[in-house]
Amino acid sequence: MRDVLLVRFGEVHLKGQNRPYFLRKLVSNVRRAVEDIGGHVWLADSRIYVSQAQDMAQCIERVCKVFGVHSVSPAVEMDKDYEAIAAQCVEMMRGKTGSFKVNARRSDKRFPMDSMVLQRELGGRILEAMPHLKVDVHKPDHVMSVEIRDFAYLYVDEVMGVGGMPMGTGGRAALLLSGGIDSPVAGWSIMKRGVQVQGIHFHSFPYTSERAKQKVLDLAAIMGEYAGNMLVHVVPFTEIQLAIHEKCPDELGTVLMRRYMMRIAQRLAQKNRCQALITGESIGQVASQTMEALVCTDQVVDMPVFRPLIGMDKLEIMDIARKIGTYETSIQPFEDCCTVFTPRHPCTKPKIEDLIQAEQALDSEALIQKAVEETQSVWVK
Amino acid sequence: MAILQAYLDNSATTRPSEGVIEAMAECMRKGFYNPSSLYAPAMESEQAMRRCRERIARALMVKPGEIFFTSGGTEANNLAILGSVAAMRGKGHLVVSSVEHPSVLQPFEALKAQGYKVSLIPVDEKGQIVWAELENILQDPPALVSCMQVNNETGAMPDLDRLIQCVRSASPQALIHVDGVQGFLRLPFDARKVDLYTLSSHKIHGPKGVGALYVKSGVRLVPRQMGGGQENAVRSGTENTPGIAGLMRAIEEMEAHTGRVQDLYALKGKFWALVQREAPEAVLNGPEIDQGAPHILNISFPGVRGEVMLHALEGVGVYCSTGSACSSKKRKLSPVLLNMGLDAGLAEGALRFSLSIHTTDEEIEYAAGQIGMLYAQLKRFRRR
Repeated sequence: MRDVLLVRFGEVHLKGQNRPYFLRKLVSNVRRAVEDIGGHVWLADSRIYVSQAQDMAQCIERVCKVFGVHSVSPAVEMDKDYEAIAAQCVEMMRGKTGSFKVNARRSDKRFPMDSMVLQRELGGRILEAMPHLKVDVHKPDHVMSVEIRDFAYLYVDEVMGVGGMPMGTGGRAALLLSGGIDSPVAGWSIMKRGVQVQGIHFHSFPYTSERAKQKVLDLAAIMGEYAGNMLVHVVPFTEIQLAIHEKCPDELGTVLMRRYMMRIAQRLAQKNRCQALITGESIGQVASQTMEALVCTDQVVDMPVFRPLIGMDKLEIMDIARKIGTYETSIQPFEDCCTVFTPRHPCTKPKIEDLIQAEQALDSEALIQKAVEETQSVWVK
Repeated sequence: MAILQAYLDNSATTRPSEGVIEAMAECMRKGFYNPSSLYAPAMESEQAMRRCRERIARALMVKPGEIFFTSGGTEANNLAILGSVAAMRGKGHLVVSSVEHPSVLQPFEALKAQGYKVSLIPVDEKGQIVWAELENILQDPPALVSCMQVNNETGAMPDLDRLIQCVRSASPQALIHVDGVQGFLRLPFDARKVDLYTLSSHKIHGPKGVGALYVKSGVRLVPRQMGGGQENAVRSGTENTPGIAGLMRAIEEMEAHTGRVQDLYALKGKFWALVQREAPEAVLNGPEIDQGAPHILNISFPGVRGEVMLHALEGVGVYCSTGSACSSKKRKLSPVLLNMGLDAGLAEGALRFSLSIHTTDEEIEYAAGQIGMLYAQLKRFRRR
């Protein structure tokens, strides 16, 4: 008899001929998540099993963060001996109150009792030991599950996993990562679909500090907990900001800045074999995120730009940020864009012609090239 | 990487000297015993503490039995204020200067919330007490008055002798507390004229985590921390003997430099002259050079936010702070500067530079040169 973690996967089931490929990825991601706590991982019966983890609570937490995992149950694996199974059921239900049912499944048809009989008999044993419990087969408070396979597996609790698709099955994309609340959520949402996401951060020293940069790396580390790790490119952006501030109309400043960010992001994405860009924009949230402004930022790149938060409210985004654990870091008060560069009255309906004209004042290609060349990349884990 | 460095943030903390580090290591290697234990080696730990206590007492011209070790300036300030008020009968009138460190102001705010009457002494733009206002406040005889020796953000030194005189004549039994964290050993102080005096080790090249409170004999304190009854039951908890050994050495080294107060003033004057030469728009906040403490200058660079200037300087190895280091993580203007009547624009561009006895001419010259260069670059970019 030993403790194992039973891991169910969700959407991967729907795959047809490619299913083995998705499963291989998922198994290897689960394996990587638990290898340093000694977890042994294998695939059987359309499930993933984890055994020998030193710390079950930590193991559950780690596995639930692996994209593609639908839910997990800490289970007991034991020999198929009815008396022992019954005793173990009673043990696992001890201390519970309210109603319950027993859910039995018998894949090994050599086992003498069928599932109906098992359910009835085991339910009776539990009631005998704990008469204060009630049976409710429709809406029970607890479900005692018993599965008869190569071994018997018994479990009561089910912890929901994060869902999504196995990391690495969805290609590669680059996320414009500020220190705010939105961009980590946007990156996470795309990661969840199995996409390897790299971060691109624009750093404006001395207008933003080392602490602001560290905050972004901390955010990437939190996202990396889901992905295994994360590559972040830190782009020196001060020179471009100063040039825009000095030479372009003030009210266009923010949109112009976004356009240069997108251009640099696309170059870095291509260099790192990413196929798309991701941003945390949501329509109308700030002046640079009106539909007119978004059209103007999109105009400078030809890669697809994914904006998973486009139709979400700030409060909804904040809820997800809390759930995935980036919120507390995001709200630390180190600025990620200095107010010196924020126009007092930004243009909310910029026209592409005006922007193109404003950019004539700058030596765009040289500025972009320099920023790309001086970019530093760090792996965060 | 910057070749030269200039550490001009000695009011945030100071670099412990090699002697201090060695004294602490030695204490941990050989004198690690609990000073309360009964065998002979532990007695030696106790004796080492006694020697440090005596040394502090001598510096403050008080008795060793009146010195109590704490975990630092914040704890000593809290103990002085909350401990003495708790020992008083009734809810007396509490008076505190408006430009104190948060570890003084916040205990008073907590007491105010408990129903005490708390009055704030206003200061003028030089950081000096507004005497006419003080007279008014003292109409209601105070039970406790707290004022710092040297302001941590501007180096302003309130005229404590005059303050003490005013307080004593308004209320002879009032307790007077002086936060000496920025002043201890930088300027001589006779603590006998006050009732409570706070000092901290890491501002004088000693280790962090050690401080002390002078409590005049006869002044009652209700302990804030209870336990084994150490420090005459005023402050329980096993004493930080390595920290105290470090403090001891730091005091010895500082006292060897006592004659250097004038040198420090000269260095400060030179720094300000150089900054003015390199950046003529710079504005000195608070007291004139020779009126303030010998080691602190507060300078505004109009049109450039202090934080931006600070990070630009950091990029060339010059370290200073905006406001006090403990409050620079809060995104707001320094209440100390605003309370001194500084306009918000200047307060936003304010930087504090603080020197130490180990600051060199080269550091000062390098820093002033970099300040001039960076300010010239940064002032071009203003929010429109």
